[in-house]
Amino acid sequence: MSTAPDTPDTRAIAPAALSGTHKTSGLGLRPARILLYVLLVFFCLYYLLPLYVMVVNSLKPLGEITAGGMMALPKDWTLAPWGSAWSSAQVGVEATGLRPYFLNSIIMVVPAVACSTLVGALNGYVLTKWTFKGATILFGLLLFGCFIPFQMVLIPMARMLGLMGLAGSVPGLIFVHFVYGIGFSTLYFRNYYAAFPTELVKAAQIDGAGFFRIFWRILLPSSGPIAVVCVIWQFTNIWNDFLFGASFSDFDSQPMTVALNNLVQSSTGVKEYNVHFAGAIMAALPTLLVYIVAGRYFVRGLMAGSVKG
Amino acid sequence: MGFLDIKQATKSYGPVQVLHETNISIEEGEFLVLVGPSGCGKSTLLNMIAGLEDITTGEIAIRGRNMNGIKPADRNIAMVFQSYALYPNMTVGGNISFGMEMHGIPKPEREKRIAQVADLLQISHLLDRKPGQLSGGQRQRVAMGRALVREPDVFLFDEPLSNLDAKLRVDMRTEIKKLHQKLGTTIVYVTHDQIEALTLSTRIAVMYGGYVQQLGTPKEIYDNPANMFVAGFMGSPSMNLFPAKVVEDGGRPAAEVSLADGKRAAIPFANGTLASSIGRDIILGIRPEAITDKDGADRNSSSVHLVEAPVEVTEPAGSDTFVVSQISGKDVTGRFRADVPVTAGETFKFAFNMEKAVAFDPKSENRIA
Ligand SMILES: Nc1ncnc2c1ncn2[C@@H]1O[C@H](COP(=O)(O)OP(=O)(O)OP(=O)(O)O)[C@@H](O)[C@H]1O
Ligand SMILES: [Mg+2]
Repeated sequence: MSTAPDTPDTRAIAPAALSGTHKTSGLGLRPARILLYVLLVFFCLYYLLPLYVMVVNSLKPLGEITAGGMMALPKDWTLAPWGSAWSSAQVGVEATGLRPYFLNSIIMVVPAVACSTLVGALNGYVLTKWTFKGATILFGLLLFGCFIPFQMVLIPMARMLGLMGLAGSVPGLIFVHFVYGIGFSTLYFRNYYAAFPTELVKAAQIDGAGFFRIFWRILLPSSGPIAVVCVIWQFTNIWNDFLFGASFSDFDSQPMTVALNNLVQSSTGVKEYNVHFAGAIMAALPTLLVYIVAGRYFVRGLMAGSVKG
Repeated sequence: MGFLDIKQATKSYGPVQVLHETNISIEEGEFLVLVGPSGCGKSTLLNMIAGLEDITTGEIAIRGRNMNGIKPADRNIAMVFQSYALYPNMTVGGNISFGMEMHGIPKPEREKRIAQVADLLQISHLLDRKPGQLSGGQRQRVAMGRALVREPDVFLFDEPLSNLDAKLRVDMRTEIKKLHQKLGTTIVYVTHDQIEALTLSTRIAVMYGGYVQQLGTPKEIYDNPANMFVAGFMGSPSMNLFPAKVVEDGGRPAAEVSLADGKRAAIPFANGTLASSIGRDIILGIRPEAITDKDGADRNSSSVHLVEAPVEVTEPAGSDTFVVSQISGKDVTGRFRADVPVTAGETFKFAFNMEKAVAFDPKSENRIA
């Protein structure tokens, strides 16, 4: 989240403030700017340092790391640690690499994100455009669900999954994350749709569109920005989740986070730091990718023009 | 039974009644304007006709068919909203087409009708644009196009012009009127602008506080307002309303008023309606254009009465000059021709055309003559 501070407010204020300085104190602008950039570059490097360490160490043979060159570039560039982490490293008891667990995570995260986002959108639509008696209370309860600590639901949830026959399986994890995600996605969509002109819904009703048609044809196509926010949020949370993954999965249904832990914790033989680094980057890549790809569509103003502003 | 019948309809939100018993009946092709100040229940009534709001008690019928409980889509109505409510994700063509698509009209037919309507409203060149790329006036046209293309029994307009600038508003007003004359469709139109109401309508319902204060033709509403609210609300500048006492003057009832210089004047009424009310306190209502200089007075009127009163302010407004004098403690405005020599501070002979005067009861505020 620290990569997106470019809100319209700061954009609007910054140039005005700077041009103000420019007018009053002429030359005062340049040193201030330079100082600013120096500071920014410094912080940037500071934040990128761990990533640098991870990347360079995942690309060198283990010998170079144990010899003490943590910060140095590899003398002998190699992709072997990546290959090992992906398909042959010891994870838990088996030497499968992280690949099966990576796939578990993908199989878990995609439906969980899709379903919780869709249900959240539908909830938001109902709570704002088809309100009924008790809607506010229902929304309050859903919100409450967002803030229940994970630990509190572990045991009841384990029991539930057992009763449903989903214990220790990927579908079980999907279910848990889907249910847990609804609270937040409802919150996002409800607040977004609250500002969505109700007259559009009325116009569509008069045009003859029904409940779902209005949702599909009018609201959803205008929900781009909030859907992106919701997807990024859900994806990051579900992908990075460790507690539910560790609690509700078996060996063959573990998500990436749990498998990474097992990889690092395997106590047989020497610690292969280069493989661990490669595995850690693999675990982080999908979230990074989601930010880079989806962030581009995070544009405002899709609503412009529906009503006179 | 008319084309659109509103019979004893009411609307309550919980314990709050926002629309009191309302009866309106209009014929096919009429242009009914619901006018009134903000919060008087105009939109509520319109939404009830549209089916967007349930009606609490009573009945609304279109073409003799009871509409209670019928979905908006099945009422054969079309509506233009104040905010235009164009679907932001669809092109102009898509917006116009959407309703027909929902009603299962085949594509070739839809395209034919879109082309016709776009031609009529001169928006053919905009069909591929998104609403966000249109000006306010263009959006307004598209919103009208979306309604027109449905060929409904009744058009409903909720303050369609209030988001436009003054000049465009006047132009669009004329266009709506032309369109109505050309197509002859029944229209119910909500506005809080009394000039729009007077220029567009064949019938006006003036609303206030959830009640229909008066239903009538523009002329009836303007000349014979049912109460002081209607009198003050309709017309610009609004009708002069000032206290007077009914006295006898030469065998005829007259309104006695006090002038700014302390003198009193008795202005005889045009007819004898108030002959039995001598001594009664009333509120006299007379429109600015019925208070003129002597030569500007209506020559066809048989009861123009001259009152000499001090002039307080003159307000030249191009074609007319508005002249203000204090009568019975109220500012009373007369509408003079621009070239009448009248100066503030002097006395002047005001000509009151009493044929146009009305009288209200000060307590009930209803018209008594
Ligand atoms: N959902 C609601 N619950 C309670 N009261 C409501 C509701 N909707 C409208 N009202 C009330 O009903 C009254 C009439 O509202 P309405 O929208 O019809 O006014 P209007 O005449 O259209 O005013 P405007 O010119 O401002 O649009 C208002 O006093 C409003 O507060
Ligand atoms: Mg309204």
